[in-house]
Amino acid sequence: MINLVHSQNPMPEQAPDVRNKNFLEVCTGYTEEQAINEAMRCLRCRKKPCVSGCPVNIKIPDFIAKVAEGDFEAAYDIISEDSSLPAICGRVCPQENQCQGKCVHEVRGESVAIGRLERFVADWHAANFGDVEVAPVASNGHKVAIIGAGPAGLACAGDLINKGYDVTVFEALHKTGGVLVYGIPQFRLPKEIVAMEVAKLEAKGVKFVTDAVVGRAFTVDELMKEEGFESVFIGTGAGLPSFMNIPGENLIGVCSANEYLTRINLMKAYRPEYDTPIMHGDRIAVVGGGNVAMDAARCAKRMGASEVTIIYRRSMAELPARAEEVHHAMEEGIIFKLLNNPVEIHGDENGNVRSIECVEMELGEPDASGRRRPIEKKGSNFEIPVDMVIMSIGTKLNTLILDTTDQLEANAKGGIGTDDDAATNREGIFAGGDAVTGAATVIKAMGAGKVAAASIDQYLAK
Amino acid sequence: MKRFEVTWKRRLNDNMVWMKIYAPLVAKHAKPGQFIILRTDEYGERIPLTMAGHNSEDGTIDLIYAAVGRTTMLMDQIEVGECFADIVGPLGKPTHMEGLKSVCVVGGGTGNALAYPLACGMKDAGVDTYMVEGFKNKDLVILEDELKEHLGDDHVFVVTDDGSYGEKAFTTVKLENLIKEGYQFDEIVAVGPPIMMKFVCEIAAKYNIPSVASLTAYMIDGTGMCGGCRCKIGGEDKFVCVDGPEFDGSLVDWDDLMKRSNYYKEQEAYDRAHVCRLTGGVRYND
Repeated sequence: MINLVHSQNPMPEQAPDVRNKNFLEVCTGYTEEQAINEAMRCLRCRKKPCVSGCPVNIKIPDFIAKVAEGDFEAAYDIISEDSSLPAICGRVCPQENQCQGKCVHEVRGESVAIGRLERFVADWHAANFGDVEVAPVASNGHKVAIIGAGPAGLACAGDLINKGYDVTVFEALHKTGGVLVYGIPQFRLPKEIVAMEVAKLEAKGVKFVTDAVVGRAFTVDELMKEEGFESVFIGTGAGLPSFMNIPGENLIGVCSANEYLTRINLMKAYRPEYDTPIMHGDRIAVVGGGNVAMDAARCAKRMGASEVTIIYRRSMAELPARAEEVHHAMEEGIIFKLLNNPVEIHGDENGNVRSIECVEMELGEPDASGRRRPIEKKGSNFEIPVDMVIMSIGTKLNTLILDTTDQLEANAKGGIGTDDDAATNREGIFAGGDAVTGAATVIKAMGAGKVAAASIDQYLAK
Repeated sequence: MKRFEVTWKRRLNDNMVWMKIYAPLVAKHAKPGQFIILRTDEYGERIPLTMAGHNSEDGTIDLIYAAVGRTTMLMDQIEVGECFADIVGPLGKPTHMEGLKSVCVVGGGTGNALAYPLACGMKDAGVDTYMVEGFKNKDLVILEDELKEHLGDDHVFVVTDDGSYGEKAFTTVKLENLIKEGYQFDEIVAVGPPIMMKFVCEIAAKYNIPSVASLTAYMIDGTGMCGGCRCKIGGEDKFVCVDGPEFDGSLVDWDDLMKRSNYYKEQEAYDRAHVCRLTGGVRYND
């Protein structure tokens, strides 16, 4: 039976003026009835464009068919064949640009809500079969080291442990999960879900070593020469936060989105029992228009700011954040000042932020990125009174691994150089995710981790 | 031995504590000048601390700290046989020693704890190393015997602000006097409060001697991810965690650094005031 309604079943959510004061998950998830009803919207078209839109090629129509039948565990098994972290991807993937963007429904209405269904299936499995013991996988004796316990590393570890490799994941922070725990806020991705996925990998036999900075505590070469690792995957993520190099960026009250989000998400500054210090602003400007900027702005609101303003130099059409995040942020009362660019941050006599000075912008001809280039309107400067500024304008690549690994080569962007199969110029060393591409998405990093896992398997099988 | 277990603990004075902690991953490659980031327990913040030494054979590192803030008070609660939640390192670039012949290390207050391994490391690397140790008063003097044993009695000068021990002088004055007396230094290293380091580096500049300052800053990860530790060096933004912690003292924007060191001042005062007087800080929620 096919459900011919053109629009998606709406996602149940906490009301905006309730949720912008708490850190509980915004979207509460489909019920079984809603999931089945949504699954019945899938036309089961023969071309399966959605699958080609998925970086890990989940067999989307197959799992949706099982949801429509009400066989949720079978749906979970189908997803698990290709994705090791469905509860996470169902929540944070930009589905509208990937699987859902290719859905034939898009021509006349809304796509099937694939992401919501994926999340439903993963949550249903966790609620009903989450405590079923996972058996350790028999080892094939080959040791593989994974550097970085973020999405790329976890995906790579998941695939390799299933194939029987002896996998050890090294993580620099005190918790595993990478950006999933330090970057993405609790209200978008509960940390309990990340912990559950990591626990599953651990039960299968993956070893995790936290507090281990590769490149300082030991090098990639030492792992291979002294510790007996036959292959290494580098998934260390994006690196150093960029600043604008405008006057006033070192005032008290200016920080990177990375710092602000890490204090809140990894170090739980929103909970009183944690010692983590955090700046409490009343009027906060967030500079940038990506998902990280949306996360920072929505956290700022929840931390008690009365006015949070996103400042972005292009227009709504170019805003890189997911449509859903922008929509949620607007609902929660975040102010969008588009086509504005900061030129200076002003401080008071004690060095605290007092205001941010912006200049209005207009869009000119398309630039190298294909987006219309923002041009300053001369003399249009104005000040917004704020007591805190969060910079969220991207990151530069961290060179620690490149600097400390013998003859490892960089790519043109300064990331770790790889071929299409995630292989670096050094034999046995593979890399993927933001460490290679610069800041991208969770699912792309996972996709890269999986490609690397396949390449490592091929390399070690020789 | 458990990971991050305290294996040895000694009180140097009312506030200062010296600990050895089992952290083999850190100890293996640690070098003078590098630091670690620690967490006392699940609820603790991450704070950076320069190592006061290490023993790669035993797998231990040394921390010397003044128990005056919330986290350091909590650290002081951890006894031999008990464990820290996390210690990560070694972080930052090691002290540059190559090509140096004669160096004067100037330590101020608790900075002497960090200057101590640095001075010893220099000496071990074959550098003729002098040390000026400065303190407010007699009660705060630490590590004098250890330094004299390592560097030689005639290479260590202890000064106090009030003259209650050693010579009555500020470290800057003592340093300048040594230079005037004809001591030849090809580098001066400052470790201490920013204001002291600023003046020490100014003395160095006055006599055309290169200076190095070891900076501390707020940071979370210590690998360049948060940007909290950024400071202005020669007009450029640098990260203390990955570009430092040691920088050319003549290039440091000291006013900027001192301003930024007040970033969480109010919250720190609050946290300090809310350490339990009965337990000295043991948490209610553990």
